[in-house]
Amino acid sequence: MSENIKVLEEITSSEYKYGFVTNIESDAAPMGLNEDTIRFISAKKNEPEWLLEWRLKAYRHWLTLEQPTWQNLKIPEINFQNIIYYSAPKKKPQYNSLDEIDPELRDTFNKLGISLTEQKRLSGVAVDAVIDSVSVTTTYKEKLGELGIVFCALSEAVHTHPDLVKKYLGAVVPMTDNFYTCLNSAVFSDGSFVYIPKGVRCPMELSTYFRINAENTGQFERTLIIADEEAYVSYLEGCTAPMRDENQLHAAVVELIALDKSEIKYSTVQNWYPGDKEGKGGIYNFVTKRGICSGVKSKISWTQVETGSAITWKYPSVILKGDDSIGEFYSVAVTNNYQQADTGTKMIHIGKNTKSRIVSKGISAGRSHNSYRGLVEIMKRADNARNFSQCDSLLLGDRCGAHTFPYVEVRNNTGKVEHEATTSKIGEDIIFYCNQRGIATEEAVALIVNGYCKEVLNQLPMEFAVEAQKLLAISLEGSVG
Amino acid sequence: MESLVGNIDLKESLKQHLEQQLSNASSYLKEISINSFDKFEKLGFPTIKNEDWKYTNFSTVLKNNFQLSNENSLTYEQLSKLLFSKLQGNILVVVNGIYRPEFSTILEKENTLQVRKINNLSKEFIEQHLSKTLAVSDAMTSLNTAFASQALILQIPKGKVVEHPVYLYFIASSDSNIFFHPRTIVVAEENSQIKLAEIHQKQGNHISFSNAFTDIYLDKDANVEYYKIQPDQEEHYHVGTTQVVHKEKSCFCGTTITLGGTIVRNNMNLILNSNHCDSTINGLYVGNNNQHIDNHSLVDHAMPNCLSNELYKGVLNGKSTGVFNGKIFVRQDAQKTNAFQSNKTILLSKDATMNTKPQLEIFADDVKCSHGATIGQLDDEPMFYLRSRGLSESSARMMLVSAFAQDIIEHIKLEPLKELMVTMLEETLIQN
Repeated sequence: MSENIKVLEEITSSEYKYGFVTNIESDAAPMGLNEDTIRFISAKKNEPEWLLEWRLKAYRHWLTLEQPTWQNLKIPEINFQNIIYYSAPKKKPQYNSLDEIDPELRDTFNKLGISLTEQKRLSGVAVDAVIDSVSVTTTYKEKLGELGIVFCALSEAVHTHPDLVKKYLGAVVPMTDNFYTCLNSAVFSDGSFVYIPKGVRCPMELSTYFRINAENTGQFERTLIIADEEAYVSYLEGCTAPMRDENQLHAAVVELIALDKSEIKYSTVQNWYPGDKEGKGGIYNFVTKRGICSGVKSKISWTQVETGSAITWKYPSVILKGDDSIGEFYSVAVTNNYQQADTGTKMIHIGKNTKSRIVSKGISAGRSHNSYRGLVEIMKRADNARNFSQCDSLLLGDRCGAHTFPYVEVRNNTGKVEHEATTSKIGEDIIFYCNQRGIATEEAVALIVNGYCKEVLNQLPMEFAVEAQKLLAISLEGSVG
Repeated sequence: MESLVGNIDLKESLKQHLEQQLSNASSYLKEISINSFDKFEKLGFPTIKNEDWKYTNFSTVLKNNFQLSNENSLTYEQLSKLLFSKLQGNILVVVNGIYRPEFSTILEKENTLQVRKINNLSKEFIEQHLSKTLAVSDAMTSLNTAFASQALILQIPKGKVVEHPVYLYFIASSDSNIFFHPRTIVVAEENSQIKLAEIHQKQGNHISFSNAFTDIYLDKDANVEYYKIQPDQEEHYHVGTTQVVHKEKSCFCGTTITLGGTIVRNNMNLILNSNHCDSTINGLYVGNNNQHIDNHSLVDHAMPNCLSNELYKGVLNGKSTGVFNGKIFVRQDAQKTNAFQSNKTILLSKDATMNTKPQLEIFADDVKCSHGATIGQLDDEPMFYLRSRGLSESSARMMLVSAFAQDIIEHIKLEPLKELMVTMLEETLIQN
């Protein structure tokens, strides 16, 4: 066991790999939140009047709300006046090719291992990189444009596709939905906008990379993805943030709309700074993600690998409104040290013959707490709805916690709902078996954890799956208790 | 986070009634009662805004006028219709929350089973067994504790085995709507054994609302078999908590069978406070019409090497609603815990609703815990199999449903009770 402890110490004392600060001159709003801040953001982005009104309406409603307390998390008090709500790399130049990009910024991506040129050449992934709220560059835009696919920053879409934005912004996640969505609606800085036209199958994986860069800035991005009839899109989101001592707030909103027979696949790998081993610092990740299968036979699939953030509060949900629609949720959440995660999903079955599947794997180590919280609701008219949920927890260490809060509400007798959950640790016999065959304990743990998460990792696009596997190994090696 | 509900009149009259009742009580009991009532007043009747009462709403029935005193004109003839002749043993009768020795028969010797009222007991006893519930922040529990000066105490001395089963009848009987708070404390001393069945019955057509609480204390090596039976009855509202506190190597087996009642809320709390305890809880609920049956369970593993097993099954027909909320806590010290939980429900009609929330909170790593929940309708295949062999739809359905429910009934070790439950279940299902 002493070997394990040594390895554990090594891992926990290792520094956050992505902790660096890019010195790009920021153009930031003054600290604090009031109507002027919102006007400042809106003016900066040259937004139309209706959007400013929309933001102000959200802000006024936000003032009436209180921070939610129902989650199984200990959240230190957040001073919302102590945050810079807007920070953009100064002057957004127009680039024609990747070479024109600020070399320092390019370095940032290189350190992250998502070299744009590399990816352009090798993997064919189009990246819309979001650094501190402003979409800096969008690759492959022209190529996508030929197919009629719109993949751009939301702030740009407001001007180029005002009808779509106006129609769908806040359609799935109403601005008044909860405390953080309301805040996001008031101050959202930027995000991605995707529109896949009728019958188009997006030929490549679309991807954004979020980073929180300047100190004290909250990141409030907003993503809106619309798949028109018979369209298909796979969207990747990767998140890293440099090391900061003060907690940084991230309150994002993601909205997905799937029309008739379309499919949206949304994958996330989140490895934001989780705080140091004393639990100091780290990102607060309060995200509302929701998709609606509004058309018949549509499908939305969420896949997430959550290894970072000091506090994660996130429930990617699907509203299954169209008949025969499908919702899926695959999740791996890893917490270590003092991290806390309260994550899960909601599957709201409204249409007939709707199906949903939930696979959630929680892994807690150190002194962390990992909760699954989910809702499966079968409405009265949802005949023949089907749900299968499985949430497993793995405990590494005797000071961590794993919790499950599944809500199942069934109002239709033709519905069939199954929920299963188990909690256990890695058996000593399994480790022993591996040791016997010459596999060191930490490798064995990585092997077992990877096997344990395989069902979820298999859902990720290949490039992500590789990254996710590495992340899992890094965060958990040797933590067998 | 309980919020106030509008019924100030009922609260006020409860307070007046409590003052009357306490005039003869000892000062110590008085103190507990008043403290509990203060707590209840602060919390107010639970509402659906409270997470624990999210799905169960008593606010409509609480708007009625209730008789709060225990007065009744129950005769032996009326009573005997409510007692099940098949169940022979020690019969204890509690009417409107008050123990009635004249209606009761105790076969056991005084040194094996002691049946007493709380006001005859020492301050130490009360301190040990009553005041702890003061800490619970549940309004209905506090309200019950406020009226605990009428509590019934069953004590089994060290090493004794209660040979005959104890059938404890809780009868509601009055000429108007009644609201009452029966409290029972069962103390099984070291290495003792008892089989105890609570049967909740009702006489008359008025609304009855019982807010019951049963404490069961198991000392070292004690063994308690416990049943809670709620036969079919109308206009009956029930909130009942059974709280089981374990000591080393004690063994508890509880079964809750709910066939009747308009709105029923059963809480089953197991507190595994020592090493090597073994606890099993099973439950069956059969709902029809507008019935609402809510089963909450809490299994709190505080110490290592304990085992808990939980299985709740339900059949819902008509416009009935079922609720299951099973919490399992495994504290940091409770290594080598095995805790299993399962909840299965069949919805027979389109208007039936089931809300289930199996919840695990685990703070220790060397544990095996699992929970499962399924909700669905009868499978087509077995149905087709039976139909193809010439059974009518209704009898095939009946056969499948009762087979589903048998799982729980088969666990009843008390033979006469098992037989009674089989016939009672059949009757209920035929009516449905």
